[in-house]
Amino acid sequence: MVKRAILVLEDGSVYQGDSFGAETTTYGEVVFDTSMTGYQEMLTDPSFAGQILVLTYPLIGNYGINEGDFESKQIQVRGLTVREYCSQPSHWQSTRTLHEFLLASGIPGISGIDTRSLTRHLRSSGVMMGILSSEMTQEEALQEIKKLPRYDCVDFVHEVSTQKAYEWQSNTPVIASRSLEHSEGAMTSPVIASKAKQSHRIVIIDYGLKYNILRILSQLGCQATVVPCTISVEDVLALNPYGIVLSPGPGDPALLDDITETVRKLIGRKPIMGICLGHQLIGRAFGVKTFKLKFGHRGGNHPVRDLATGRVYITAQNHGYAIEADTLKGGLEVSHINLNDGTVEGLRHQDLPVLSIQYHSEASPGPLDNMYLFERFLEMVR
Amino acid sequence: MSKISKVLVIGSGPIIIGQAAEFDYSGTQACRALREEGVTTVLVNSNPATIMTDEGIADIVYIEPLTAEVLSRIIERERPDGLLPTMGGQTGLNLAVELADAGILNKYNVRLLGTPVETIKKAEERSLFKKLLIDISEPVPQSATVNSVEEARALVKSIGLPLIIRPSYTLGGTGGGIAYTMEELETIVANGLDSSMSREVLVEQCVLGWKEIEYEVMRDAADNCITICNMENVDPMGVHTGDSIVVAPSQTLTDKEYQMLRSASLRIIRALGIEGGCNIQFALTPHPLVAEKWAPDQKGVTKSQYYVIEVNPRVSRSSALASKATGYPIARLAAKIAIGKRLDEIPNRVTGKTLAFFEPALDYCVVKIPRWPFDKFALGDRTIGTQMKATGEAMAIDRCFEAALQKAVRSLEFGKRTLLWEDHTWKDKELALNLIQGLPLHPNDLRLWAIMAALRKGASVEWLSQCTGIDPWFIFKLQNIVAMEKRLLSESLTRELLWQAKRLGFNDEQVGTLADRLPEQVRQIRHEWQIRPVYKMVDTCAAEFDAETPYFYSTYETENEALALEGKKAVVIGSGPIRIGQGIEFDYCCVHSAWALREAGVKSILINSNPETVSTDFDTSSRLYFEALDEESIRDILENESNDGSAPPSIVQLGGQTPINLAQSLARSNMPILGSSADTIDIAEDRHRFGDFLDRLGVPQPPGGSVSSLDEAMNIANSLGYPLLVRPSYVLGGRAMEIVYNEAELVRYLTLALEVDRQHPVLIDKYMQGKEVEVDAICDGEGVFIPGVMEHIERAGVHSGDALAIYPGINLTEEEVSTIVDYTTRIGLALKIRGLMNVQMVIVRENGYSSVYVFEVNPRASRTVPFISKVTGVPVVRIATKVMLGISLKEQGYEGGLLRRQKLVGIKASVFSMAKLTGVDNYLGPEMKSTGEVLGIDYTFESALIKALIAAGLALPKKGGLLLSIADRDKAESLPLIKKLCSLNYILYATEGTAAMIESAGLPVKMVTKKLSQGHPNVIDVIQYGFVDGVVNTVTGGRIPLKDGFEIRRAAAEKRIPCFTSLDTFRVAIEALTGSSQIFNVRPLREYLRKSKSKS
Repeated sequence: MVKRAILVLEDGSVYQGDSFGAETTTYGEVVFDTSMTGYQEMLTDPSFAGQILVLTYPLIGNYGINEGDFESKQIQVRGLTVREYCSQPSHWQSTRTLHEFLLASGIPGISGIDTRSLTRHLRSSGVMMGILSSEMTQEEALQEIKKLPRYDCVDFVHEVSTQKAYEWQSNTPVIASRSLEHSEGAMTSPVIASKAKQSHRIVIIDYGLKYNILRILSQLGCQATVVPCTISVEDVLALNPYGIVLSPGPGDPALLDDITETVRKLIGRKPIMGICLGHQLIGRAFGVKTFKLKFGHRGGNHPVRDLATGRVYITAQNHGYAIEADTLKGGLEVSHINLNDGTVEGLRHQDLPVLSIQYHSEASPGPLDNMYLFERFLEMVR
Repeated sequence: MSKISKVLVIGSGPIIIGQAAEFDYSGTQACRALREEGVTTVLVNSNPATIMTDEGIADIVYIEPLTAEVLSRIIERERPDGLLPTMGGQTGLNLAVELADAGILNKYNVRLLGTPVETIKKAEERSLFKKLLIDISEPVPQSATVNSVEEARALVKSIGLPLIIRPSYTLGGTGGGIAYTMEELETIVANGLDSSMSREVLVEQCVLGWKEIEYEVMRDAADNCITICNMENVDPMGVHTGDSIVVAPSQTLTDKEYQMLRSASLRIIRALGIEGGCNIQFALTPHPLVAEKWAPDQKGVTKSQYYVIEVNPRVSRSSALASKATGYPIARLAAKIAIGKRLDEIPNRVTGKTLAFFEPALDYCVVKIPRWPFDKFALGDRTIGTQMKATGEAMAIDRCFEAALQKAVRSLEFGKRTLLWEDHTWKDKELALNLIQGLPLHPNDLRLWAIMAALRKGASVEWLSQCTGIDPWFIFKLQNIVAMEKRLLSESLTRELLWQAKRLGFNDEQVGTLADRLPEQVRQIRHEWQIRPVYKMVDTCAAEFDAETPYFYSTYETENEALALEGKKAVVIGSGPIRIGQGIEFDYCCVHSAWALREAGVKSILINSNPETVSTDFDTSSRLYFEALDEESIRDILENESNDGSAPPSIVQLGGQTPINLAQSLARSNMPILGSSADTIDIAEDRHRFGDFLDRLGVPQPPGGSVSSLDEAMNIANSLGYPLLVRPSYVLGGRAMEIVYNEAELVRYLTLALEVDRQHPVLIDKYMQGKEVEVDAICDGEGVFIPGVMEHIERAGVHSGDALAIYPGINLTEEEVSTIVDYTTRIGLALKIRGLMNVQMVIVRENGYSSVYVFEVNPRASRTVPFISKVTGVPVVRIATKVMLGISLKEQGYEGGLLRRQKLVGIKASVFSMAKLTGVDNYLGPEMKSTGEVLGIDYTFESALIKALIAAGLALPKKGGLLLSIADRDKAESLPLIKKLCSLNYILYATEGTAAMIESAGLPVKMVTKKLSQGHPNVIDVIQYGFVDGVVNTVTGGRIPLKDGFEIRRAAAEKRIPCFTSLDTFRVAIEALTGSSQIFNVRPLREYLRKSKSKS
């Protein structure tokens, strides 16, 4: 007999379904993502830390879990909500089921939910806190939810960031332009600062990065050096990088004053690329304000216009906060906007070498149309 | 780019297999989109049964044959500055190439829009296509282009068997195939060379069993590119995508694979320079289980490899499907892009907020399933492969695959066949594994049901996957359905069990069958337990934005998004998938009705399951439900649309037989019907009641009766005398109707008919050999308005859907016409018709006397409604719809009786898809076989005729050869025709008896034997080697199996030369050859009408 589970939202809404993954209780901000493929990448994307992910595509788990499509070393979401969980995956790469994957990490899932109804609710009421449990009653969950720390008040970046610097060494192709070779997973090794090739070194500050950024940079011939979010300006510069990538990551950038300060000091010293949270931190470093979107941008189909060229691009996005355009200052300009809601999707600086985008040029999951931005960044570096 | 102000849009011509209603949908969308941009549109199509050829869709409409010559004349006259060929299927593209190559486009300064001519050639000519892909480093299967069988044979050494053969420049994969042996290779290559315009075929490495994935891609002139949707074929490579079950989006691809193919699609559309939409097909590494058996080289796969298989540089059947699957109107956007608009400046009308530059996100699963014509062609070859055989398709949407599939199956309207169906020959046998292996698991139309049967008998998912090449994911899903069947069989029915069953797409009837209840009981239990479907919106964005589309599908979930519409409203029940006998004509009627309702201030709610059509365009009606057209679905929708407990009325008379068949059950459940009542419908449909009705009315009908045994049949037959028309008592597009000429044939027919169905009696009527006429009429209870009378060229006995029909009845006497009008009027009033009806009559002329017999009344729109609307200029459906709403004919400005005839002549000719359907006899008889129609329209009979024949591919060349094989019964009648042929210096070939007859008349003839085993040249040789340009073959006797002449007729079909099986058709084809009739007008439709009106 399948165990029942509930998803209870802070406004009192209750969704009943079946438990899969770990039979436990979790809480977090409930957000939806409209990507139709890439659940493994999403589950392991650190930007989802502290969140219960609702997938709008109804059939999840179809191709199982493989060894190649990890975006970090573990599951990052707090819980997973789906319409239907597929217990019999089918794919040549699959080594286990989604259920086994969640179970092994102690992460609960709930299936059988009218996820469209839930999505419509979140869209109109905004994202909110929720409890996913196969143990509690509705009443218990509703009581409990009032006591929980709110997502907006928690700094997740320090939790998900690497504790130690490391050098990315992987021959896993990311985009595989003509075919996908069997990937061998991410292999990492500690930094050996003196021996590493200095010529193409790019330092990536890890606020919750996705491996694909590293895969792409190494594919483009860079030495990708990952450093913790707590790194000092001096330590970054001591690595003598050609450029710095400020990674994506979870949560409200307003909680990250120390990190913002580091960023502020790095700007102008080296060419900088900011992605997602990294982009918001660049903005904040210049004193620009950020605000929380009602239900965020999460999916693989968001249209973005490059204001310099007028060209439009389909982008992968995963963010709940955005730059307030009318507070721009310090030489920052809007370089990209979202075609749907007009929000800021990219920044550039009048004088300084800064490339900053709100969306995920590294894809995974999502369209590969924005890989060119890494090349543009490297042009800035060279 | 200078601004385009006038565009010629090419339609796709008659409906044939591989080119169906999807091009009416795309052409209609394109014309409307261009007009929105202020562009004057000129449309040409030979197919009158289309919305696009209506006044009001394009600015100027030509219903003319689709030949380069006709198009040149239109260009010369209209001087468009752009030509948009990408909406008219392969026909449109081929014509564009012809016009470009002939220098016409240059001469008149016409810019080719959408797809450059070089790209059309690259996509169609395999060698160029391959080169292009290699140039941009896209992987292609190893292949070579050959121009002869010898070259193909040589390739086996380098590539090995099996090999795939694809001819250049054809549609729907005509003439292709897979060769496993050298013999097969030779045959298929030879056929392919014949059907290719450039006598060229591609022989290719076989990726049979690989996943087949399609992407719909769009690109604008600023090089912005998006993919609208991807689709995964459930049937792997080897089955034409038109014959595959297809699911959207892909189900078994990782994000890496999805994006890999997406990126490849963008690279390809960029390389092709298409401005608009295109469809790209890929083969992708199969699951290891499948690979082990189907692609041994791929055993132990270590990578996701893909190959580019095909590109359609235009909108296609797949893009129509993708449009309906996502809500994204591809053709509309493609048209705007073609005149220079950018994707990011066109609003997305679905959300009303976002722009067309985005990629739809689906939060449901879509399943498309092909509709094959094997219910009509029981003796046809049911194997499916690279040559498409489906005439149409149904689509279903739900939140899981199982439910979408089950709905799609029901949408096929194959009787009441659900996934529970098993062939009786499968059931009786034992459960041994060899039985499972005996199930038709090779690609054929029954395979899905065979897999279900195998699962029920215990076959494993893995084994079935290996057998069929279908990815295990899909078989697992089928197993879920079987598991639920077992639960319903064994467990007691609880609310939870019923809820789960409904979530998996079981309908009440399936549940009832398994849980031992009547469907109606299941419905009641369902309602007691509050289990009702909810309706979710197709919004392109997975609910991320608040959308405005009124486009819904049913599912069993918690939240209903389709709250009952407020105000006056009516439901139009559509016609489902296109099949022989129920084609695009009915979609035409439904669309016009929806528009008429809107005009009258009534909200229209359309229900249909066919993704190819205009009716399922979300802005055709006030609200669209994409649903199966069965009783349960319709009642659920009507309940959902009920305000204060009362359901909106339904229009059942416009969607062909599908909604008519629902009339009685709607009436039983107290659902109101707009127009003719259920009782009126029943009188017309029930043969007994209808016979009594005509008797009481004093309208003559062919004498006959109904029988349930052989003895009864003999009695009736003896009193009536032969020939006799025999048919089952329920009517369905002339299905299983035959003419029998003697006792032996009668016995054979009855034995078969009673074996299949003992419940319904067989009807036996005197076969009246005479002239067949039909009328469409509108009755409001006060009067009966008849826009025109149509006369058939073939004598009675050829199905009206296959016959050449002429408007007006130019060979009828005034007296005959007034009798026709009188009968029609009396029938309409007495039958209490409200709205449309169609009356079929036969005129028998004997001893200077004419007698008119009524043999059928259809209480609904018939397939001639678009034809009669176009040739008379009368908006028949609009008037009928308003009559149904209670607005009388008088109030609409029409009077009872026959409308004064136009001075034009319109001739409808039927078009067949016989080249695609191996094993099917193309002999014309009482069973309908055509898939589409064309209209020839002009001021004289001869000119209209030649146009109809040209458009239908029945025109004979001025000089040439003909093969004659004429039945004894027809020999005397044929002699004058043969004499005429000789006077035209035609070279005649004839079979033994016919040759003797011609010789004895002193005329020159070459005898060729029809005994295929007795030397050469035989009849097949003269056809295959191109000695003859047409075949005349008439036969004696009933039909199946009409062995006599079968090979001759098939050879003609496969050679694509006219084949006349009725002397009447042949006679007019010769008439068209002689005299000055080859000269015809090319004018806009409204000019023919205006001119003829002003004259009268």
